[in-house]
Amino acid sequence: MAVRLNRRQFLQLAAAAGAGVTVLSAAPPVAARAGWATGTAAAAILIDIARCIGCRSCEAACKAYHNFPQGEARDLSPTAWTYVRTIALQSPRPHLNLGDGGAGRRTFKVQCMHCLTPACASACPVAALQKTPQGPVVYDASRCIGCRYCMVACPFQVPRFEWRSPLPRITKCNMCAERQQRRELPACVEACPVGALQFGLRPALLAEAARRISADPRYVPAIFGAEEAGGTSVLYISDVPFEELGFPVVVCEPLPAYTWRVLGKLPGIVLTLGALLTAVEALARRRNTLPPPGGAA
Amino acid sequence: MRMWRRRPSPGRLVLWVLFLGALAISARRFAFGLGSVTHLSDRFPWGLWVAVDVLGGVALAAGGFTMAAAVYVLHNERYRPLVRPAVVTGFLGYVLVIAALLVDLGRPYRIWHPVIMWNPHSVMFEVAWCVLLYTLVLALEFGQMVLERLGRLTMLRLTRLAMPPLVVAGVILSMLHQSSLGTLFLIVPGKLHPLWYTPLLPVFFFVSALAVGPAMVLVESFLSSRALKRELELPLLRDLARISFVILSIYLGLKVTDLTARGAWTHALTPSVEGRLFAAELLLGVVIPLVLLATNGGPGASRHVLAATLVVLGVLLNRLNVAITGMLAGSHATYVPAWTEVVVTLGITSAGILAYLWVAEHLPVFPQRKHATL
Repeated sequence: MAVRLNRRQFLQLAAAAGAGVTVLSAAPPVAARAGWATGTAAAAILIDIARCIGCRSCEAACKAYHNFPQGEARDLSPTAWTYVRTIALQSPRPHLNLGDGGAGRRTFKVQCMHCLTPACASACPVAALQKTPQGPVVYDASRCIGCRYCMVACPFQVPRFEWRSPLPRITKCNMCAERQQRRELPACVEACPVGALQFGLRPALLAEAARRISADPRYVPAIFGAEEAGGTSVLYISDVPFEELGFPVVVCEPLPAYTWRVLGKLPGIVLTLGALLTAVEALARRRNTLPPPGGAA
Repeated sequence: MRMWRRRPSPGRLVLWVLFLGALAISARRFAFGLGSVTHLSDRFPWGLWVAVDVLGGVALAAGGFTMAAAVYVLHNERYRPLVRPAVVTGFLGYVLVIAALLVDLGRPYRIWHPVIMWNPHSVMFEVAWCVLLYTLVLALEFGQMVLERLGRLTMLRLTRLAMPPLVVAGVILSMLHQSSLGTLFLIVPGKLHPLWYTPLLPVFFFVSALAVGPAMVLVESFLSSRALKRELELPLLRDLARISFVILSIYLGLKVTDLTARGAWTHALTPSVEGRLFAAELLLGVVIPLVLLATNGGPGASRHVLAATLVVLGVLLNRLNVAITGMLAGSHATYVPAWTEVVVTLGITSAGILAYLWVAEHLPVFPQRKHATL
């Protein structure tokens, strides 16, 4: 479910915005650079569905940068790490940029959400998927055994598998981690002509999202990704309720916590069981070899 | 070899054909990818092989650890004649699970990666380690039979000293990952249907494995007594049925408590696919066997064999339901196994039966007559 912010949370977020927002909204790359320099917080992408005009520049840029075949994708795939989904609205409403011309539908970019505590990374037995401190969730094909537990675990159903390859890999958006290291923007963000995509530090983007929502009553008072699955590094704001756009309903607790609650108990269980079974075995053996009552011990 | 002295029976021929068919399909998979022989998809990446070959196979192999625990830990000598057949089942079961994994994994030649590439936060990591270590323990237990057959008696006596700690380790490993296979699904609260998604999943997987262990030993003893023309140890088998009855009752109690506490009964009573298959799983696999075992039959074992068979099928259906039925709606996916998937599953099972028969004929699995009369 989309996170609904009440007024107080809004004010808190807006207050927390501070100078970062001003810098961000003025010149995103600068703020981003500040993030790279300090490394105190993870990078994130804010996607403004109200601003998106569905031009698919982000999709094309992603394909061009990763040398994937061009063409419009209908779903994520090994050669489409992001694509633009179109949803026809049941009750049309004017578009922020396109006005009545775009009233009947909304478009938005879909990709890996880069969760703060990713279920996929927690699920992977060989740590082929990892959340980097810089923000992206990256994949190391050289470790992967192809068990596909990451795909089962991901609440957003993002990881894709090369089903037709004899030696398949898991594929998904890596938030252009290598570009970020070169201090360049992710290819998709760089390509967006209307400012529907913004790159920066997550707290600053959350504040920016709150600012846009409070500044314009047309926005739905919710930030998708603020708390979903424990929070994600890709954030969405929208002027249409997220349910209407078919966003998945995702629990707010970090998913690895569900399994970790059990796994964390294991060392204790192993020790207790080991001691218990050894004791039982010794007792049972003694009982079996014990002479009848009255005999010498 | 003795096996080739006579012509294989029609039953064995069918098993061989299925096994070779599975090999051929596996060859296609390794040449053209998993997509060429399965109906798996990005939205539904785990199917029949994970549900039956891995989750089901591990559960049905539980007889090995329950019997070993009864004899080597509890020193209940009564069950000694059943330890070896159970260990053979367990060992072959795990070898087959690993064989199935080699077909299902994207990069099977890296199956050893979890040994050096650690992620202790991953349930799959724990499962991998447990399966590896437990297969080693089973191999050592199985090795005893080989040593005995080869007449290496000094070696046999030496390794026998290591048995109690080995069995304790085996029991712990087995308990751990029987439950961990349930823990695997705790990470999908949004996908798995509420009839099956519960924090108690690890407990349910463990208790049902405990119940199906003796039931599987019973079924196998019955089948192999037919195939190998041996006499049945009727009193022992009735005891197994009794153990299964007690554990099944606990399982049913837990299940009822859990569903009531979570208020999930409404899902079971709605006329959905999930509701029906859940009812089938609980009625056929738990309630009817309990009734069969509670009411006294004639002098034979047919009632017990029927009950045990239902328990085995019930556990298989439960694993199918958790991994497939319960996951379909939440994954917005459709999945029906491809015929090639079914043949691989049947072929792997066939290989298990053929191997079991070969081992039973060539290794000292079953007790000599003099030991059998307890």
